[in-house]
Amino acid sequence: MSATLSEATQASFVRHPIRLTLNGAVRELQVLPWTTLLDLLREQLDLVGSKKGCDHGQCGACTMLRDGKRINACLTLAVMCDGAELTTVEGLANGDELHPMQRAFIKHDAFQCGYCTPGQICSAVGLANEGRAQTSAEISELMSGNLCRCGAYNNIRDAIEEALPLCQPTEGER
Amino acid sequence: MNPFSYSKPDTVQAAVELSSANSRFIAGGTNLLDLMKENLSRPQHLIDITGLPLTDLSETPSGGVMIGALVSNADLAWHPWIQRRYPLLAQAILAGASPQLRNMASTGGNLLQRTRCYYFYDASVPCNKRRPGSGCPARSGLNRIHAIFGASDQCVATHPSDMCVALAALEAVVHVLGRGGARTIEFADFHRLPGDAPDRDNQLADDELITYIELPPAGFAEHSHYLKIRDRASYAFALVSVAAGLELDGPVIRQARLALGGVAHKPWRDKAVENWLVGQPVSRETFTAAADALMQNAEPLEHNGFKVKLARRAIIRALSDAALVGGTTR
Repeated sequence: MSATLSEATQASFVRHPIRLTLNGAVRELQVLPWTTLLDLLREQLDLVGSKKGCDHGQCGACTMLRDGKRINACLTLAVMCDGAELTTVEGLANGDELHPMQRAFIKHDAFQCGYCTPGQICSAVGLANEGRAQTSAEISELMSGNLCRCGAYNNIRDAIEEALPLCQPTEGER
Repeated sequence: MNPFSYSKPDTVQAAVELSSANSRFIAGGTNLLDLMKENLSRPQHLIDITGLPLTDLSETPSGGVMIGALVSNADLAWHPWIQRRYPLLAQAILAGASPQLRNMASTGGNLLQRTRCYYFYDASVPCNKRRPGSGCPARSGLNRIHAIFGASDQCVATHPSDMCVALAALEAVVHVLGRGGARTIEFADFHRLPGDAPDRDNQLADDELITYIELPPAGFAEHSHYLKIRDRASYAFALVSVAAGLELDGPVIRQARLALGGVAHKPWRDKAVENWLVGQPVSRETFTAAADALMQNAEPLEHNGFKVKLARRAIIRALSDAALVGGTTR
């Protein structure tokens, strides 16, 4: 390590052990404190379904489920996920059988470029777990954390409206 | 992001002992990590407080509610006690951020959000809040989103929180613990006006940790309303927001609370106006007079003069809705 680094900086290069359940599989990992959950998944675990859009919690492309609740992985430190149960878009399907939300997005053509889609789908599954959206307007309001620059919002809302009654809460939600 | 070391204490006392001028507490991280990615905050050590036992709501002996600092914004807004007894608070929380961020953000952290002033967020320009003494480009620059009350020559930034506007109206009490012991801070005194020290947003010392937010028994559940005006329908900071709470005796106002967001360095209250409302009849004339009185002290900048008219109308509408519609969440 370079002698020019301060003692405090040198002391920070310590990997911390974490244990998490990722898409149903237990993983034991060593992470640096400043690695975000999104970077851990994309750069180290080859799970690139979750997207890095803004990296500042504004676009929702990195949305995934932590203990059944939707979060922004870009604003989550991996070291703070010890013991968490995480579900990304890669973990929603049951083998070759797509999750009802995934099927509805295809049926309703709820995307154009597709970059926001994994975050939209995970957010919509989180919305289903919460069980608080009954109307089309409530779906729009409670999906406002996911931006779609192609403007596929109407189809996204239609897909979610159709799939909500079909969604069983994912594991981790009480 | 700058390298930093990390620890996760088990007790509140241990967390406070670990703190220093170069450390920061982290819970939801939704604002702190954003600031660290922008190099606006460069702590050498993060103290993860998510393992502390501050995750519950409980009733106080006086009939209020004590909220653990680690209760998430979402859990707080949807809690049956808050929905039923403090709908003003539930509305304000749900008007802010996104569902993902509300799942992550903590009650204590919400109080410590930093301004979204463009100049504060741009490390390449001067900012007295970031670098004391360097100057304020907002005062003579693009200041459409900035303060119309209580600003100083050094800073015209606004506080971004919705939740805090409701907590100000409800006269919540902030409980903190530091190495010198525990103390409580009235909500009105918690956040600061910028004055000549805009780098300090609030009265917390470096070693102090918010442990609880206490809600007094009076929740104004019968007659309250949170009105938020912003540039888009959802997921945007307030240009102007109003938390209004009334206690009525028939057509007469017995008690009034009024707090504004998006207009000052802290949630803005004018107690003279609140006091004047007591004894007045519920009417559009009453609410218009209150709004006019409150807004006569506004000091708009070059680009935010529209906020004066907007806030006046928002006050009238929020008070009217509080009086006539009542306190339902939606």
